[in-house]
Amino acid sequence: MEYKDYYKLLGVARDATRAEIKSAYRKLARKYHPDISKEVDSEEKFKEVGEAYEVLKDTEKRAAYDQLGNQWNEGQDFRPPPDWDAGFEFSGGSGNAGSAYSDFFESIFGRGFTDGGKQTSGYQPQAQGQDHHARILIALEDSYNGATREITLHAPEVDANGRVVTRERTLSLKIPRGVREGQHIRLSGQGMPGLGNAPSGDLYLQIAFQAHDLYRVDGRDVYLDLPVAPWEAALGAKLKVPTPNGVVNLNIPSGSQAGRKLRLKGRGIPAKPAGDLFVTLSLLLPAAETETAREVYREMEKKLAFNPRAGMGV
Amino acid sequence: MNEKSGNVTITGVILDERTQVTLDDLCRTCSVDRTTILRLVEEGVVEPSSRETSSLRFSSTTVPLVARAVRLQRDLELNPAGVAFALELLDEIELLRSRIKFIESSTGKQHD
Repeated sequence: MEYKDYYKLLGVARDATRAEIKSAYRKLARKYHPDISKEVDSEEKFKEVGEAYEVLKDTEKRAAYDQLGNQWNEGQDFRPPPDWDAGFEFSGGSGNAGSAYSDFFESIFGRGFTDGGKQTSGYQPQAQGQDHHARILIALEDSYNGATREITLHAPEVDANGRVVTRERTLSLKIPRGVREGQHIRLSGQGMPGLGNAPSGDLYLQIAFQAHDLYRVDGRDVYLDLPVAPWEAALGAKLKVPTPNGVVNLNIPSGSQAGRKLRLKGRGIPAKPAGDLFVTLSLLLPAAETETAREVYREMEKKLAFNPRAGMGV
Repeated sequence: MNEKSGNVTITGVILDERTQVTLDDLCRTCSVDRTTILRLVEEGVVEPSSRETSSLRFSSTTVPLVARAVRLQRDLELNPAGVAFALELLDEIELLRSRIKFIESSTGKQHD
């Protein structure tokens, strides 16, 4: 197993005072808290500094840890010396249920010490399993049409030996039509198993949409940038336009300029009430690569007397 | 839990304003006592949909909100006022981030 340099993890010296350790931990806890940080590995880091603090804030545990000596480096292969912990007693931790400690921590301080009590055989405690929270990415189209998707979740579980392991499980999930980004879905009984005969906890999934090539989403409303040709914008046109639930015909009013926003009522996310689809026109000019094209542009220049900068006084 | 449940399709419930939870539901789901929730109500972090003290009811969207508040409160040892303030700022940041993402994706497209 790997040695954990708890002092290094908190960024403090080996002779740091309790106050120094506490403020170093607080700073890092705020930085890496999974509810605050957007970094991918924030949860891992938060657990690491939590474990470091768990040891260093406690005089007994810190003394036991210091006993290992300072010749170890973070990540170095570590084997505890035989009987190294003789004479140390631990009075139990803060009881932060469900937190997983590293192998290193458990080899020194034992497993499950945070429960503060011994498991007596024959006694089956009853407690509802913990609820779990996770985030899933779905396609925008799945919200429009509803869909059944396989999702893979990683959850810590306690195995037969009482060790916390990460288990992967795959669920086939029906994605409800009209779900919006940021909403939570509750799956009853899919959280952690209960103790004894108590029911399992629930699983809460927060929905996020995968980035889409065509559409942007804001709440219930969906936005699409639609390129149009100059004559379509100027003369008006009936165009085929993609939407997340199929192609529709859209009337472009004559005299449209780039940036004009058209609203397709109720064609946003089919929530209750449904959102709108906003189509923003952007003008795409034909390349002047052929003599014919250049001729048309010259013709326009000659015949239209158009100054796009008239409003600038030039 | 341990079996591959790939063949069973699970249907979830969207948490929205139309589904309601009781104060006791909230306590159970977030593993906290009534006082903790009531302090969050006092600070305006969550708002009950009915104020009858005998049966406080909340929109089910409150569940993840309270779960988050409780985690922050516990892990960072914040008091209810502190957690209320932190959540407001975090929401603000979240909103600004999504605005930036939205704007960047629309300007990005024009240069394609």
